[in-house]
Amino acid sequence: MREIEAALITEAVKKITMEAGVRLEPDILEGLVSARDSETSGLAKNILELLLVNADIAAREKIPVCQDTGVAVVFIELGQDVHINGDLGEAIQQGIQAGYQEGYLRKSVCDPITRVNTGTNTPAVIHIELVPGEQIRIIVLPKGCGSENMSGLTMLPPSSGISGMKDFVVRQVVNAGPNPCPPLLIGVGMGGTFEKAALLAKKALIRPLGKHHSRPDVAALEEEILTRINEQGQGVQGLGGNNTALAVHIDLFPSHIASLPVAVNIQCHAHRHKEIVL
Amino acid sequence: MSLPNPPAMMDQLQEVKIPFAAGVVESLQAGDLISLTGTLFTGRDQTHRRMMALLDEGADLPVDLAGQLLYYVGPSPARPGQVIGAAGPTTSYRMDVYTPRLLDLGLMATMGKGSRSQTVREAMVRHKAIYLAAFGGAGALLSKCIVEAEVVAFADAGPEALFKFSVQRFPAVVINDVHGRDYYEMVKSGKDAPR
Repeated sequence: MREIEAALITEAVKKITMEAGVRLEPDILEGLVSARDSETSGLAKNILELLLVNADIAAREKIPVCQDTGVAVVFIELGQDVHINGDLGEAIQQGIQAGYQEGYLRKSVCDPITRVNTGTNTPAVIHIELVPGEQIRIIVLPKGCGSENMSGLTMLPPSSGISGMKDFVVRQVVNAGPNPCPPLLIGVGMGGTFEKAALLAKKALIRPLGKHHSRPDVAALEEEILTRINEQGQGVQGLGGNNTALAVHIDLFPSHIASLPVAVNIQCHAHRHKEIVL
Repeated sequence: MSLPNPPAMMDQLQEVKIPFAAGVVESLQAGDLISLTGTLFTGRDQTHRRMMALLDEGADLPVDLAGQLLYYVGPSPARPGQVIGAAGPTTSYRMDVYTPRLLDLGLMATMGKGSRSQTVREAMVRHKAIYLAAFGGAGALLSKCIVEAEVVAFADAGPEALFKFSVQRFPAVVINDVHGRDYYEMVKSGKDAPR
């Protein structure tokens, strides 16, 4: 049994929240570079270059990469041999609040009915998973909602099969058009139940950009859907070109014999995510 | 990875002063790459809801939007010594329901990102107004083009306050022109030559 103080978790969450807001991770920067290098449209190439300049200014001057610093989605993988001295949920929320305040990040969370801003960017959306061991892995994904709003979920009949799933994903991206700030990262959750599919799609976003699923048939699907999306020609910011999406990440879970849930979580190019292991 | 240089595109934009001089809006074409210098007002979801509430009461808006450009943005807070935090565009369709009423009051241009509804497009043609897209997700870079920022109204709404910005060489793309053309549609249908 390992003991961890709640205050240590607050401090860690605050630190990675502040970093995530202003600094894109190497995987997304490399994705933008390779998109720029492969881009066929001159305008799109220029915009991709501009996005790299933006990331550079953000990191150097600690200005958020995007003003939409998101609703904070926090994934916790909690080792079952850890004992936390204090309230884990509260520790995370305090870390988010402090990170947004001290990092000059925008507070974008409001009551869904009154639309009054909570003023702290809390509550964060927290997903906790128990895992073996005595470590805590914390991932903060500040999720911008220009892209989140373009996400969708469908409960397909199993007869629709793989082709129904592919069509739904491509249609979701095409219908989103320029709204979610392409080039995009597409998280797909396939199988499970209604809520499981959505969570799989969200969690697929935190896989390193472009790293394929371990199952070869799923990896092939990721590649095929990415190609189909990029053949549509909407391109960077919807202004044309061959880079509407940077990657498609699919995650799976077995489903009921009557059911084929498919969730598509759309992420913008300002894909901010940061993790720490305690 | 080496530090990228600012793209050459930034020096090749057509310079446009705002508020617009007579005839300028009519001269801009869907697909034009422009850079804006002058003053504009900002607003997003709550800003619009509050403006609509004022109009419903028969009150005046806090600023006269006639002839102005309204930029859909909710900036992040400025650090000490900064004019403003990140300040890129938010998605425009959420404002579609409010836009025709503001165009009726003489608003001449809106700027955000993403497509506008058919109703807004028709209202723009009727009023000879245009819609511009700023580069989404480039909020840090765009903050450098904002040289002054002042809250004019709804300060308690935080990032959703109505700001007045002074901008210098702020880059944008003309999406909807006064002739009813839509650049996103032109790209999608392949009617525009690749740039």
